[in-house]
Amino acid sequence: MSGKEGKVGVKELSPIDVYKLLPRTNCKECGEENCMAFAAKVVNREVPIEKCAPLLKKEFEKAYKQLKEMLKPAVKEVVIGTGEKAVKIGGKLVMYRHELTYFNPTAIAIDVTDEMSEDEILSRIKRVEEFRFEYIGQTLKLDMIAVRSTSNDPDKFKATVRKVAENTKLPMVLCSLNPTVLEAGLMAAPKTRPLLYAATKDNWRDMAELALMYGCPLTVFAPGNLKLLKSLVKTLVEYGVQDLVLDPGTFAGEGLADTLNNFTMIRRAACKHGDELLGFPLMGVPMTVWLDSAGLAQEIVKWREAYLAAMLIVRFADILIMHSLDGWALLPNVVLRANIYTDPRKPVAVEPGLRVFGAPDENSPVMFTTNFALTYYTVASDLESAKINAYLLVVDTEGLAVDSSVAGRKLTAEKIAEALKASGLENKVKHRKLIIPGKAARLSGEIEELSGWQVIVGPRDSSEIPKFLQEKWQTQA
Amino acid sequence: MAEKREKDETVAGLKLNSRLLELLAKLQEVELEDFELEAGELEIWLQPGAVAAPIIAPPKAVAPPVKAKPTQILEAEFTPPIETYPGKVVEVKLGRRGGKSVVIGGETTPAFYTFERPTPHPPVISIDVFDMEVPLARAVKMHVKDVLGDPAAWAKLAVEKFGADMITVHLISIDPLVKDASPKEAVKTVEAVAQAVDVPLVIGGCGDPVKDADVFQEVCETFAGERFLISSITRDMDVERCAKFIKKTGHVALAFTPMDLNIARELNRRLYDFLAKEDIVMDLTTAALGYGLDYAFTNMERARLAALMGDPELAHPMSSGTTNAWAAREAWMKMAPEWEPRELRGPLWEVITALTLLLAGVDLFMMMHPAAVKTVKDVIAQLMGGKSGNAERLVEWVTAKF
Ligand code: SF4
Repeated sequence: MSGKEGKVGVKELSPIDVYKLLPRTNCKECGEENCMAFAAKVVNREVPIEKCAPLLKKEFEKAYKQLKEMLKPAVKEVVIGTGEKAVKIGGKLVMYRHELTYFNPTAIAIDVTDEMSEDEILSRIKRVEEFRFEYIGQTLKLDMIAVRSTSNDPDKFKATVRKVAENTKLPMVLCSLNPTVLEAGLMAAPKTRPLLYAATKDNWRDMAELALMYGCPLTVFAPGNLKLLKSLVKTLVEYGVQDLVLDPGTFAGEGLADTLNNFTMIRRAACKHGDELLGFPLMGVPMTVWLDSAGLAQEIVKWREAYLAAMLIVRFADILIMHSLDGWALLPNVVLRANIYTDPRKPVAVEPGLRVFGAPDENSPVMFTTNFALTYYTVASDLESAKINAYLLVVDTEGLAVDSSVAGRKLTAEKIAEALKASGLENKVKHRKLIIPGKAARLSGEIEELSGWQVIVGPRDSSEIPKFLQEKWQTQA
Repeated sequence: MAEKREKDETVAGLKLNSRLLELLAKLQEVELEDFELEAGELEIWLQPGAVAAPIIAPPKAVAPPVKAKPTQILEAEFTPPIETYPGKVVEVKLGRRGGKSVVIGGETTPAFYTFERPTPHPPVISIDVFDMEVPLARAVKMHVKDVLGDPAAWAKLAVEKFGADMITVHLISIDPLVKDASPKEAVKTVEAVAQAVDVPLVIGGCGDPVKDADVFQEVCETFAGERFLISSITRDMDVERCAKFIKKTGHVALAFTPMDLNIARELNRRLYDFLAKEDIVMDLTTAALGYGLDYAFTNMERARLAALMGDPELAHPMSSGTTNAWAAREAWMKMAPEWEPRELRGPLWEVITALTLLLAGVDLFMMMHPAAVKTVKDVIAQLMGGKSGNAERLVEWVTAKF
């Protein structure tokens, strides 16, 4: 089967296509009611095909292979590192996230060099490892260390790679265009499956040998030349290197259009035209902005690196190499990554209705918020972490946040009054005081009129609720 | 431990000796010859499952079946994957009589797919000014503290110092629940701003469907012949009435809908009864980075792709209330030291919200922070510039010391 015809687009793949190839015994070993239900989940990529144990038996070998081919992602999944901290990149099935969802969030690697002092290397590793941000139930982290050889000295590089490998289990990207240097680095950590950077038109043979010998994925680097990039891929695949990552060059500034064009063309060729030679993960290197940083304030360069990273996260990058370790620059990027890689099939809204926090009594405060998932979880986590006893009424705004639902008239005094009534709060509390979000202040009068409850305008951000209650509720109650 | 490492290295080092390498390659050829046909199948069985963690075999086992290895680069053809689309986004002109004007829209390709076709008009930035004091993030306030409450001076600063292509006059004071300022007073504010700057204006209401219509009508009629963007017309307003006075006075409607393309289509259809396609811009709702930006992004991306695929009801330029980025607490709040300073984090939050949506196809950004505005303008200029990157220089990133 040639790649082009063999790859069915996600849209065209129906559960029937999968069902036909399953054992069809409805044995339930996969945990589903029947084969058809399992097929539906497989098509939605909610379960791997291997969950059907009977399919893995020798007699179904052919069907299994056919299914594997059918379900093969347009962009190959490549694993970097080993063990628990191994990172998967690529594995994309679609070009646009609304076509299904994006898998394998863009991995972020932070660089160290073989000419940094030991202290600096260790402190950078520590900062990468300790980076974490709690965001609606997820912990956002950094993923890898990129070790660059700025010395071009094999011994120095070897020592540095050893130092890094001794101090972190995070996967590495080993960066040097000199195969001798790269080889020295590999010797210091031969079984860690780092990503090698990079094969070029000049060194591809040696790099291919290294990749094969050490079982490592290999980056192909052909800045601004997609024909060369593709030719190198063809050559390396023929050579036997299976796991490739593509770096078409991250040009900042004047070359930014080239960068976006190249990333977009590669991804389109892979996802829409079934071009298997371009169906590999894409590497973006926002740290190239540091090349033109002479005479500039560090903050400006970090700022540029940060927004370039963001554009690459949106435009198809599967892995990024960055230099800046500043929280203000990285935070918006890890949040953006979490957003772009959120499954768009997940509902935007939570169930409306009354929620109880802590152990409220008849004098406890009553508040409301909207049923937009992010709004709700933000408010809920603020109430929980401050250990507040309160009633929180979740009003159905069709999944919109407070300000947009007020503007879009999804949050109205009528709805709030109805929700209050339906909640049975009148029997739960003695008072008739409703704390409303600061951003819904304009509805105060109408709410009072329609519900008969007294409105207290609360803070505009739920992080201020604890302070607000301390100052306003005790005195009111 | 040290001993073990030595051993690993020796093994690895041996393998890299080039003569040994060749030998090994030959050996494997012989070994694998017998079942080469099955090698492909084997591979499939050996492939790590989609969910299971990969098991990395020692180097020797990983080496794949060796065919004749290429000795030179095998040439592959690359043809840019260019597509044509049946649809095109309409062009909308916004402007001032005797002053500046801009044209937005006109795209025949997804946002900045310039390998396919050039971007017809650069997206533009309108800076927000308010007719009264409003809560502002500290990072924003420090740049405008001298002009708060004076929309004309604010507009002048935004155009002359911050590089605004347009000005959005937010008439907050007309809100019946705030100051309930009259339509005549609103006109005075607009007049002052219009005199202070010669760029196109966006007229922003307060969100009250009845009051907004009254004020918009007064403003439209007073400034008949200008081409202001009236922000915004929503489903629960008297759409017919608004569309009629906008048409009569030559302005442009901003059709605002809450993140739902069917509702956007429906509102546009109602407007088509009175307005030309070229008189409508869409606002599909902007959510902040971290607070629903993914929904906004995908909604806009889908709208633009649908427009290009020939859906005329979504083929309008898109506007984004990017200032909403500041609704994210991470944009303005003081956080633990590792995330500071917020003076940088905040405007970067606005930049990244804007650039994400730039890549979804937004044509008009309503923004706030001067540094964010400057960055987004720079990026747009770079993307429009058509210059190429310097590949030779780029290679240096691998070895450069910073
Ligand atoms: S385990 Fe396989 S054969 Fe059994 S019900 Fe599930 S899909 Fe069908």
